[in-house]
Formats: sequence, C-alpha cells, structure tokens
Amino acid sequence: MEMLENVLVKQGLITAFMFVGVVMWFAYWVSDKITRGQVHGSAIAIALGLVIAYIAGTYTGGKKGVADVAVFSGVALLGGAMFRDFAIISTAYGASLDVIKKAGFVGALSVVMGVVVSFVVGAIIAVLFGYTDPVDISTIGAGAATYIVGPVTGTALGASSEVIALSVAAGLVKSVLVMSATPFVARIIGLNNPLSAMIYGGLMGTTSGVAGGLAATDPRLVPYGAMTATFYTGVGCLLAPSVLFFAVRLIFS
Amino acid sequence: MMVYGVALLAFCMLVGMFTGDQLGVLLGVKANVGGVGIAMLLLIVLSNLSDKRFHLKPVSEDGIKFWSAMYIPIVVAMAAKQNVLAAVSGGWMALIAGVLAVLVSFALIPVFTRLSGGPSEPLPPLE
Repeated sequence: MEMLENVLVKQGLITAFMFVGVVMWFAYWVSDKITRGQVHGSAIAIALGLVIAYIAGTYTGGKKGVADVAVFSGVALLGGAMFRDFAIISTAYGASLDVIKKAGFVGALSVVMGVVVSFVVGAIIAVLFGYTDPVDISTIGAGAATYIVGPVTGTALGASSEVIALSVAAGLVKSVLVMSATPFVARIIGLNNPLSAMIYGGLMGTTSGVAGGLAATDPRLVPYGAMTATFYTGVGCLLAPSVLFFAVRLIFS
Repeated sequence: MMVYGVALLAFCMLVGMFTGDQLGVLLGVKANVGGVGIAMLLLIVLSNLSDKRFHLKPVSEDGIKFWSAMYIPIVVAMAAKQNVLAAVSGGWMALIAGVLAVLVSFALIPVFTRLSGGPSEPLPPLE
C-alpha cells in the first residue's frame, strides 16, 4: 500500500492524467445515462472537479483543492497556469482572424467595462457591509474583478491581510460561479457565437472561470472568450489601484 | 513531425508571455498583460499565413490539436485544484460581492452584443 502510494506521488503528473481521465469518464457516463445528454459531460466534469476540490479542502485544510492530497499533488501541475495557458493558446489554432478583427473594439471595450463594473459592484457591497476606508473598499472591489487583481491592488494600496483575504474570496466566488453557471445561462445571454464569446470573456475576465465556463458550454467558443479574458487581469491591475482607487477616495474622504 | 507543431505552440506562448511581461513593466503593473492573448494572436496569424514557409503539415498540426483536445481535461484538473473551500467560507460579503459581480456582468453581455451591431449568427449545433 505504501509502495503504491510512493509510486503515485513520485509519478505525480501521470497520476493526474489518470485522475482526470476517471473524473471525465464518470462525468460523461452521468451525462449520458442520468441526464440523458441534457447536461453536457464537460459541464458535469468541471462541477465534479469543484466538488472534489471542496471536499479535499475541508479534509486537508489546504488551498489547492485535491492537489493537497499527496497522491493527487500532480493535479496542481496539470491544472496549473502553465498547462492551462498552453492548452488555451492551442485552441486558437484555426480560429477566425476576421471575427477577432471585427470584434476587436467591442472586445477591448468589454474588458475595460468588465473591470469597472465588477469593481463598482464589489465596492458598493463593501460599503453596504460597513467599510469606509477607501483602501478597503477598493481592495474588495478589485477582488470582485478577479482573485489576482484583489491582492495586487490590496498590496499596492497597503490594505490589511484580512481585507486582502476577503478580496481573494470574492474573486474565487466569481471564478467558481462563472465556471459552473455559464452553461445554464448561455442561452439567455446569447452566448452561442464567437462575437458574444469575446464579449463574455472581456466582461467576466476571470481566466479560469471563462476557460471552464466556455469549455462546458461549447468548446468552439474557447479561443474567442479566452483571448479577451487574458487581458482582463492586466487591465484590472492597471485600473484598480490607480484611477478606480482615486475615484473611491474622492467619494469617501 | 508532430513535435514541430508543439514547438511552434511553445514558441508562441513564450513570445506572448515575454511580451505580456514587458507590457506589464511598461504600464507599471505587477502582472502579465495579455500574454496569453498575444500568443493566441500570434498563432492565429501564423496559421492564417498562406506563406509556404509557415505551412504546417497535417502531422505537425496534430501536435497543436493534441493540446486543444487536452483543453477540457486540463480545465477539469484546474477546477479540482481551486480553493473552493475559501470561496464558500469567505463570508457573506465575499459571497454577495462575487455573485453580484457575475450576475451584472452576465446581464451586460446582450447589451454589448447589441452595441456591436446586433447578435451574430449562432454556431451550428454540436453533434
């Protein structure tokens, strides 16, 4: 038993391939047999991944979901930013340059608006919960953009670690919700073509959320949404600690 | 050779990430600005070139297609390593802020789609 565990830990990435294969096989089986194809297998697989991450989190108390369980540590590498970005980029192969050119402006606009809207929503909630310090309000607003913009802004502005942790939590909620809810609202919001996918990526912004949400909705939309989403965090880190923070300070001091 | 496709993909990613980092420094931001997007653009431009020098043989293409086929499994692994516990137990404020940010953003998608000249043709349904 211990020897088996040793092998699984030592060959971490390989174990992760098998783990994902088993999760996907089960998810597609559930999709086919239980939902009769109504819910797409990839949507179930992603939701299942999140559930497993939650269970593992309560069990290990760690921050990396199932990857904190020693034998599944390779999942952190396979599901990490390096492989994720490599796979995202590969989906661009064969994507239509025309669509991207045509939607370029509205795509860029959606990125900026996405950052501002999420920031404002987060900031308003922070105020409603009794925060009055512009630094705290801005950090929480930035967290509502993505869980990277939050801590970057908080650190730049000198927020307390408590507030930074809250901003990360808000960003995580967003990412998890975007991943799991997108396939269910796709029809309502018209997310069925490359143009709306670019807008979706720009407005949502969370790379992991968009990556998961589009994979579960229609993998053909991935390159368009991912393209704009990838600019979001950078734009957020640019706007939140500067222009947006100044605006908040103007109102609350 | 299949590895040519993989190497081309790697080249695009490295160029994109480097450019994204440079862009971050230029803007004074502690983040990579659009590295992945730049890499994607580069790959799209290269794959749309009719230039014979960049024409990939189908075997080399498979090196890229393998990774796009691995996209969903990688996303599942990504989901399984998220800090879902922190998201769920972050307290009411984090929960409400995150949920509302998503809902408002969702609601804006049709608005922006209309802004860009009306909804475009949906893709044909998947098999």
